[in-house]
Amino acid sequence: MLELFNHPAAPEAIIAIAALVLLPVGAFVGNARAALISFLGILVLVAAAIVAGSNQLGVLFNGAFVHDDFAAFAKVAIFLASAVAIYLGHGWLARRDDEKFEFPVLIMLAALGMSMMVSAGDLISLYIGVELQSLALYVLAAFRRDEAKASEAGLKYFVLGALSSGILLYGVSLIYGFTGSLQFADISAAVAGGAGTGAVFGLVFLICGLAFKVSAAPFHMWTPDVYEGAPTPMVAFFAAAPKLAAMVLFARAMDAGFLGAQAQWSQVLMVIAAISFVVGAVGGLVQKNIKRLLAYSSIANIGYAILGIAAGTQMGLQAMLVFMVLYMVDVTAFFAVIMALQRNGQEMDTIESLRGLKREKPGKAIVLTILSLSVLGMPPFSGFWAKYYVFKAAIGAGLWPIAVAGLVASVVAAFYYLRIIKVMWFDEPVSPAGPSRAGPSWVAMAGAAFSFPLVLVALYWLDPLARHAAAAFGLQ
Amino acid sequence: MIIGLAHYLAVAAVLFTIGVFGIFVNRKNVIVILMSIELILLAVNINLVAFSRHLNEVSGQILAMFVLTVAAAEAAVGLAILVTFFRNRGDIAVDDASVMKG
Repeated sequence: MLELFNHPAAPEAIIAIAALVLLPVGAFVGNARAALISFLGILVLVAAAIVAGSNQLGVLFNGAFVHDDFAAFAKVAIFLASAVAIYLGHGWLARRDDEKFEFPVLIMLAALGMSMMVSAGDLISLYIGVELQSLALYVLAAFRRDEAKASEAGLKYFVLGALSSGILLYGVSLIYGFTGSLQFADISAAVAGGAGTGAVFGLVFLICGLAFKVSAAPFHMWTPDVYEGAPTPMVAFFAAAPKLAAMVLFARAMDAGFLGAQAQWSQVLMVIAAISFVVGAVGGLVQKNIKRLLAYSSIANIGYAILGIAAGTQMGLQAMLVFMVLYMVDVTAFFAVIMALQRNGQEMDTIESLRGLKREKPGKAIVLTILSLSVLGMPPFSGFWAKYYVFKAAIGAGLWPIAVAGLVASVVAAFYYLRIIKVMWFDEPVSPAGPSRAGPSWVAMAGAAFSFPLVLVALYWLDPLARHAAAAFGLQ
Repeated sequence: MIIGLAHYLAVAAVLFTIGVFGIFVNRKNVIVILMSIELILLAVNINLVAFSRHLNEVSGQILAMFVLTVAAAEAAVGLAILVTFFRNRGDIAVDDASVMKG
């Protein structure tokens, strides 16, 4: 019995079976018992994370499913982030008397899709993983179906997501035609001496499709609308785990499949990173809604992660993994604060509404200040260490012009994070706070404590683990 | 005239382009967008089957079957979201999808 849990695909099997069981169970017990389903969902995801961190590595299904150190690292992070998302989302929905048992099941299906993505060993499992994750996320975006904004966000996410899947798939078909295989191992052999025009054409389409999924500029147009319109806990989920999964898939497609074409994709990724820096930093300056602001912040931040892959070295991959994990903690905590802030029954989601927060809720103001400084990249907070890794890797690979662009972008972006802090601490409050039904924000407090000082302890483990994971492709 | 690989690729490329333009140029109806998405996926399927036949290798056809299945699931999810959108708005014109700017 126990050796079943040692199987390379055990975490996926656990989540798939649990999701399929919990869905009919939920349908029988109804929404009144949604708390039970959420609790079981969290348990399953935590169990899957433990299994994913300790089971046997291996390659299954003729190379279609690869469970290596790189995938294991990402899976643990994805499952834990998904468990936190269920916890946050359940509390948020419960405060609105809108608990639905589908919510934890959808998060579990999305987590299953993400774990297929990070384990994809060929283009079929890549596509299936991406679609399984995306279809669950479209539904989550439109989850509050009586809200006009949420259904509009869901529709926009769906249309642009489906378009990006189509573009990705067109790239897949060209890669298949010009390299003769769907398996990363065979593609890698076919492009070892440099890729032909057809294969590079397909590769560019594939990169465009993946860039859509990670919301890198110039494929970011869905991000601000979806972040603003979708329910806040869903956005907290979108901004964390799916981004990591898509970045890991990105890295695997490039380094396991197209190492021979590194000269080509490295250039494309550098351009995407540079445009993301500019769009994220400049676009955020004029935003009034915090969720929209965080959308632009995530566009800029994904640029740093892409820069890590563009470096094409083991150090770059390690930097990408460390960056994404630290960013996930920051951004989840950031959204957790916003979820916990309410005034007169309204979510305080504009920057204006934060005026004078230090009087009303000094604890939350401190937490938000710490997180803003961290995302901004101020030492000694975790955001600084994340960027430090990326810049070190980028400069080590000789990409210093893009690294400088990233540095300038983070200085420009500092303006909007500092504005949040200024509004909270130095402006007069708009109106006295009414009764609020905001929940506890211990996730936010834990995130703030993580960004300093716990990050120093965490990096002590994270650094060697990420280096070990990044060694999976045998790069220099 | 012998219909070769290049003909199939040309047809697929044309269909793909029509699909992409259908999404961006269309200003009337979300259903048309769903049809454009189907068109893109079918263009990909033509590509995959043509390449598979040309290379004498079956995995492209297997992917084509998966694409068909996923396309059906995608249409189901898309229409479900569209129904919630219609209930909130009473209309499915693309121009109306602009409570949020952008």
